[in-house]
Amino acid sequence: MEGKIETQTMDAMPEGKEGSSVKIKVLFFARARDLTGLSEMPMEVSSGSSAHDCLNDLVAKFPSLEEIRGCLVLALNEEYTTESAIVGDKDELAIIPPISGG
Amino acid sequence: MESNGRDAFRILHELDSLRAAKADIDSRISALEAELHHATLQNGVVPNGSSPVISTAIDSLLSDHHDHNLTPEMIHRYSRHLLLPSFGVQAQSNLLNSSVLVVGAGGLGSPALLYLAACGVGRLGIVDHDVVELNNMHRQIIHTEAFIGRPKVKSAAAACRSVNSTVQIVEHQEALRTSNALEIFSKYDVIVDATDNAPSRYMISDCCVVLGKPLVSGAALGLEGQLTVYNYNGGPCYRCLFPTPPPTTACQRCADSGVLGVVPGIIGCLQALEAIKIASVVGEPLSGRMLLFDALAARIRIVKIRGRSSECEVCGEKSTFTQQQFREFDYEKFTQSPLSPSPLKLNLLQADSRISSKAYHDRVANGEAHVLVDVRPAHHFKIVSLPKSLNIPLPSLEARLPEISSALKEEEERKGAGSDLSAQLYVICRRGNDSQRAVQSLHKMGFTSARDIVGGLESWAQDVDPNFPTY
Repeated sequence: MEGKIETQTMDAMPEGKEGSSVKIKVLFFARARDLTGLSEMPMEVSSGSSAHDCLNDLVAKFPSLEEIRGCLVLALNEEYTTESAIVGDKDELAIIPPISGG
Repeated sequence: MESNGRDAFRILHELDSLRAAKADIDSRISALEAELHHATLQNGVVPNGSSPVISTAIDSLLSDHHDHNLTPEMIHRYSRHLLLPSFGVQAQSNLLNSSVLVVGAGGLGSPALLYLAACGVGRLGIVDHDVVELNNMHRQIIHTEAFIGRPKVKSAAAACRSVNSTVQIVEHQEALRTSNALEIFSKYDVIVDATDNAPSRYMISDCCVVLGKPLVSGAALGLEGQLTVYNYNGGPCYRCLFPTPPPTTACQRCADSGVLGVVPGIIGCLQALEAIKIASVVGEPLSGRMLLFDALAARIRIVKIRGRSSECEVCGEKSTFTQQQFREFDYEKFTQSPLSPSPLKLNLLQADSRISSKAYHDRVANGEAHVLVDVRPAHHFKIVSLPKSLNIPLPSLEARLPEISSALKEEEERKGAGSDLSAQLYVICRRGNDSQRAVQSLHKMGFTSARDIVGGLESWAQDVDPNFPTY
């Protein structure tokens, strides 16, 4: 875990037309933070995108995230969510892999 | 100089034996105190809420004046709890009647155990099979230097008894396994998971489901911590949340990734708090919610997590997971990692691609032309390194091959001036795993004579230079 964790912008949908995209904030925890080097990141996806779509975009941008894809808790606006949930504008999507250290 | 060295050695030796003797005496004192406490309990002199044996005379005397069993000593000791309107006599009595098991007397278990002993849990169990080491001390605050090299259970039990001699401390000096977990857990009301590895976490959660015990689970690594209560009030178990174990690469250990000492301390304190709430039946336990602690950002988030999964293989509706299946379940195979994590020891290379630290030392002493590449991360290299080693962290090895080529050339020119002597290429890391991976890729990229130093810097410290720092 590095001391400096930066925030970065990512446009998953470069040709976003007015009203057809939503801007969300992705929060990374634990191993997800190590793998991306980020603690959070704004992200733009087309409206109607699911958490699953967001994860696909994230894995495309950070292929190493594939490692923990099968073992994480997703939370949308601090509440448990499944991958099928639709993300809305200004939503916060948290990616929480388990920590096992002690 | 020589005699100074001998003096220092003699003093160190004497200090060691005195410390060991002191630790022995401390532990005998605690054991005797506990024995005395039980003897007085049997006689009804100091009735303890956790004990059914209370002399009827004192019992009736107490019941004449109060509707609780707190002795004057208890009232005095726990007075600040009793003064809390939302805690009071009832919650303290519940606590005194309860039993809590803490699995792991490390970074999380240290503060958890101290608070649980201090607060007056009736019976407090400790499971651990490890010994106290110097590099534990920065976070495992229950242990003292006198106990280095001795079992953590003994050390933790002595500390707990010295804080509160009226609590019954039970020492389980053994590794938790499917063969003993059911028997140990069944003697306690609340289980606290203060372990440091994935297979133990699955095993502890499953055992709690099978026995219907609430589980206070904490974890910490680096600068982050996680806390939740499993298998309680309709909440999920560990498997509901994480049905698939994380890949071994994602399971980092404090011994590899580092941890800021106070971070597990904070999570361990919160584990004690949750265990106290459950045992004393007050407040709202952290069930169905997970607390995420971010030390760098000074932020605590509490996220609602899923409820019990009806599909869960262990606690779900269709689950048929029994005690028998628990006993037969292979948690190491399930998580692909060992229950007692020890450093990984890879063996990827042929013997002729490897060299012992001693043999390497001899070659250096003979003035052999060579380049030593250290493939550890840069922040490891800053801790300590061998003279004239070239730090190229493993992930950047391929990109920085030209540096190795020119270092070899330079060395050949320096040593051989015109002869056709070729410089040797050696690779080292902390323990001798990454160095093998590096040599494998170097072979593929044309450096066919590259060799790794078996056992890395740890073997250098062990076999060549005992004063070389280990971390």
